[in-house]
Amino acid sequence: MAKKPTDSNQRIDQPTGTPFVGHEWDGIEELDTPMPRWWLYTLYLTIIWALAYVIMYPAWPLLNSATEGMLGWTSRGQLAAEMKAADVKRAPLINSLAAIPVEQLLADQKLYQGAVAGGAAAFKVHCVQCHGSGAMGSAGYPNLNDDDWLWGGDMASIHYTLTHGIRNPDHPETRVSAMPAFDGILSPVEISQVVAHVQSFSGKAKPNAKGKELFATNCASCHGMEGKGLREFGAPNLSDNIWLYGGDTASITQTVLNSRQGVMPRWNDKLDPATIKMLAAYVHSLGGGEATPAAPTTKATNGQP
Amino acid sequence: MPFGIIEHSKLERNVALLGLFALVTVAIGGLVQIAPLFWIDSTIEKVEGMRPYTPLEQAGRNIYMREGCYVCHSQMVRPFRDEVERYGQYSLAAESMYDHPFQWGSKRTGPDLARVGGRYSDEWHRAHLKDPRAVVPESIMPPYAFLAERELDAGDMTRHLTALSRVGVPYSKEAIAKANEDLFAQADPEADSAALKKRYTKVQVRDFDGDPMRVTEMDALVAYLQMLGTLVDHKKAAAQQVRNAEMPR
Repeated sequence: MAKKPTDSNQRIDQPTGTPFVGHEWDGIEELDTPMPRWWLYTLYLTIIWALAYVIMYPAWPLLNSATEGMLGWTSRGQLAAEMKAADVKRAPLINSLAAIPVEQLLADQKLYQGAVAGGAAAFKVHCVQCHGSGAMGSAGYPNLNDDDWLWGGDMASIHYTLTHGIRNPDHPETRVSAMPAFDGILSPVEISQVVAHVQSFSGKAKPNAKGKELFATNCASCHGMEGKGLREFGAPNLSDNIWLYGGDTASITQTVLNSRQGVMPRWNDKLDPATIKMLAAYVHSLGGGEATPAAPTTKATNGQP
Repeated sequence: MPFGIIEHSKLERNVALLGLFALVTVAIGGLVQIAPLFWIDSTIEKVEGMRPYTPLEQAGRNIYMREGCYVCHSQMVRPFRDEVERYGQYSLAAESMYDHPFQWGSKRTGPDLARVGGRYSDEWHRAHLKDPRAVVPESIMPPYAFLAERELDAGDMTRHLTALSRVGVPYSKEAIAKANEDLFAQADPEADSAALKKRYTKVQVRDFDGDPMRVTEMDALVAYLQMLGTLVDHKKAAAQQVRNAEMPR
């Protein structure tokens, strides 16, 4: 074992000129080589930096909060500053959007283009999960590129749908309609007759008199005698061969039997009014946007003959 | 030894002294971790609207943990601009004060779920849990179709809520006693849910899994997902925070 080192046995290692530490294990000795200067200075620098950091930034936890630091930095404060800077940048667009009623947005082309660009970005964050990255929808989630609208395709209607949602639970202003489930109301035979009549609108089946009669008494009040639909109730046009839940016999039978109650969330509790207007502009721009009707909607057709 | 108060050679040769210094060193590390727990009541900001989970939400939360959802999904919106613009208001400590254990997570393979409640319809959640690719073609999430097949077997929720109340979740005696009824009442729009609604503010009562005849694990998980982040009115909470931030300065 090593003997206790004493200053008296300070020996110098001849080849390196460095003193020995004084330990010796089985003839192997340790040299007391000093730390490299750069290493030591880096250590001192980090100590100084740490002291400065503790003074400048929040550091020591106290009873109710931490020491605040001389700079007064907080992560929330930094966020608020960043959001404010972004708001200032967007302010011209946002303020103009806030001032203009959504129906008149189309008249201001420059503002409209800005809104569409902003809406495209917001759509990718909030809407693609249901409506798809290209807004092409999927079973149960409408395609927004076509001109087939359930609740209306003019700027104000789209804006209302975005703001209040469709069958959004616990929200009084949401768009609501409920097609009855005909399971038990109509017999299986009657249901197949109605389904055939519905398919006959788009030329998929031959018209049948019994189905027409059943359709007239049970379905026409919302879908219209010709199956053109009624936007007031979100009743789809059945004659255009665009199907939200599928147009084959099995899918339509399911729809008649159990009804479909698609839900879209409202966004007025999640997004600011300007973003909702941007989204309305974007959806309107996708291809199916309609002109704002001069008077309250009287026609319920979807632009198809 | 320029900084040595005690020669190290003395310290390493004296067991009592070495033990004492080791204890002091370890105690500092321990205190840093443990001490804040004693002041937790004064460090969590008060936020209006928080309530304990309903039995059905709690059961859904248990399924969330059982399936390891937290491995890919966080529940913590951090105060950065990119996160706030995508997920909404950043998370507050008070929003997970009834979580045992919390589900902040540490990795996002999927998106953050702290504010997922109300963003999608129940139908979307069902379709997405059964086959994520059906609604999000780019998704890499595994399917959980079996949740809709399995009857909800949550165990005795009375004992579950009792255990939670022992670690500080403020369930009333009544809430604990009625836990097993409340569990099924929330998934049944036909049931009398007046008492449930009174016990739990903003509780959503409906058939979550699209099968009114049964209460499945899908009911519980969707009920849990649909309430995440919906309790606190962020507009009010944000105003409160600005006040909190301004006051001590």
